[in-house]
Amino acid sequence: MKSFRLKPEGTLLLFILLLLAAPVEAGIAPARQVELLYFLKHDCGSCHGLTRSGGLGSPLLPETMAARSDDDLTEIIMEGLPGTPMPPWKELLSEEEARWLVRAIKENKWKK
Amino acid sequence: MEKIRNQVGTLPLRHRVRAPLGWLFGSLEVKPGLAVLAFLFVVSACSGTPLRGTGDLGLIIERADSSALIVDSSNRQRLARVQGLGDLSHASVVFSRDQRYAYVFGRDGGLSKVDMLKATVVARVIQAGNAIGGAISQDGSLVAVSNYEPGGVRIFDSGTLKLVADLPTDSKVIGLVDAPGQLFVFALYDSDEIWVADMSDPEEPAITKFTDIGHQPYDGLITPDGRTYISGLFGEDGMAMLDLWHLEKGVTRILDHYGRGEEKLPVYKMPHLEGWAVAGGYAFMPAVGHHEVLVVDIATWKQVASIPVHGQPVFVMARPDGRQVWVNFAVPRNDTVQVIDAETLKLVKTLTPGKGVLHMEFTPRGEEVWLSVRDLDVVKVYDTKTAEVIKELPALKPSGIFFTARAHKTGL
Repeated sequence: MKSFRLKPEGTLLLFILLLLAAPVEAGIAPARQVELLYFLKHDCGSCHGLTRSGGLGSPLLPETMAARSDDDLTEIIMEGLPGTPMPPWKELLSEEEARWLVRAIKENKWKK
Repeated sequence: MEKIRNQVGTLPLRHRVRAPLGWLFGSLEVKPGLAVLAFLFVVSACSGTPLRGTGDLGLIIERADSSALIVDSSNRQRLARVQGLGDLSHASVVFSRDQRYAYVFGRDGGLSKVDMLKATVVARVIQAGNAIGGAISQDGSLVAVSNYEPGGVRIFDSGTLKLVADLPTDSKVIGLVDAPGQLFVFALYDSDEIWVADMSDPEEPAITKFTDIGHQPYDGLITPDGRTYISGLFGEDGMAMLDLWHLEKGVTRILDHYGRGEEKLPVYKMPHLEGWAVAGGYAFMPAVGHHEVLVVDIATWKQVASIPVHGQPVFVMARPDGRQVWVNFAVPRNDTVQVIDAETLKLVKTLTPGKGVLHMEFTPRGEEVWLSVRDLDVVKVYDTKTAEVIKELPALKPSGIFFTARAHKTGL
């Protein structure tokens, strides 16, 4: 049986990969969650309304969002809606953060 | 006044009461009984707060708390907080021509009339489901609100806030301004139109419509003389211009393709066209989707320069004397403000007041500028000559700052 040994540089690579993976497994850090909720309220709120009832952008209420899948909504946040003022946010948010925001909208987290 | 005095002078003595308030009322004809009442009224008023004017007052929107601060720009003081103004996520304000009352337009369709001296809401109506801004008519008698839902403009008596006219559209309405001749001018975001509503007869508004003005007008402004209305376009590079002296000439396009050849950036916040940043024959405009301020020669309406700036401009505002232009930026670069020298078109100052600089307002003659810094919960007052902070006033998530001097400016 061939023994399985990592070369030193392989160990380093694995270590780095584990480091990169760690935050994903741990979810979004609480401090970042606070930032994201603030961003959702105040920056998304500029177009979607501070009470999320809409403006130039659509309402972002749980009842209006329920019919759309998390995947679709995450993609809209990341890529924007061409032909409308909804911009792509991927330079400011990770996909995981966008997905977390979708859950926050659907679960009305920002009211709590 | 002279005429009144002469007429009064010819009246029999019993109709003339000059004391004890002659200094206040002049020699108007007053019946003795009324004079006593007036005297008592003044005495009672004197026992309360001292008399003051309203020309140096202002209102600062606290966007997350349904409230607004009344401030005194001479003493850089907060005077009072007014509450119960609804969703203020995109609030704006116009003033009555006596500068006593502020009309606050809320996102939730709320129209509130605020007494600047008593710091109270004297009238309030929820006039639509979703609104974006408003204007007050040339003569001060009408207040108009532009609505997203239902789309249209609703016009109210400025005294009572009773509905006077309803102008439904099939579109979100943006860029509503007043114009001479008792006009309201506005643009239709969804249907690419500009409408001019003549309210000379409030019972029968006369509307002139202009179609195909350019794709997705996002805001509008009017020159201080009230002659030229300009609508910024989101859906394409360029602007739509209408000469209100010659409606028959129709809408003309200016600044076509100003961003040609450059990749358009994501627009994280819609720019605003508020007031008229013009200096030395040049107008300064935010470029949509570019980190640039456009400079336009207003004699030819051609672009003469573009000034690279820190981020996407939101407000581009000239100091009242026109020598400086101050610019703030969209998220994520909204911690910075830059100052352009209008003569050389060069950036002369880059300031970092703090995250969330949402609005700027100059004092009436421009020696100071007030900046709302949302994330620090503060309003910073800058000396415009030195660009130094001279005062900080606490405010809850401040956004729009509106000084009563706007009362006498067309389009503000």
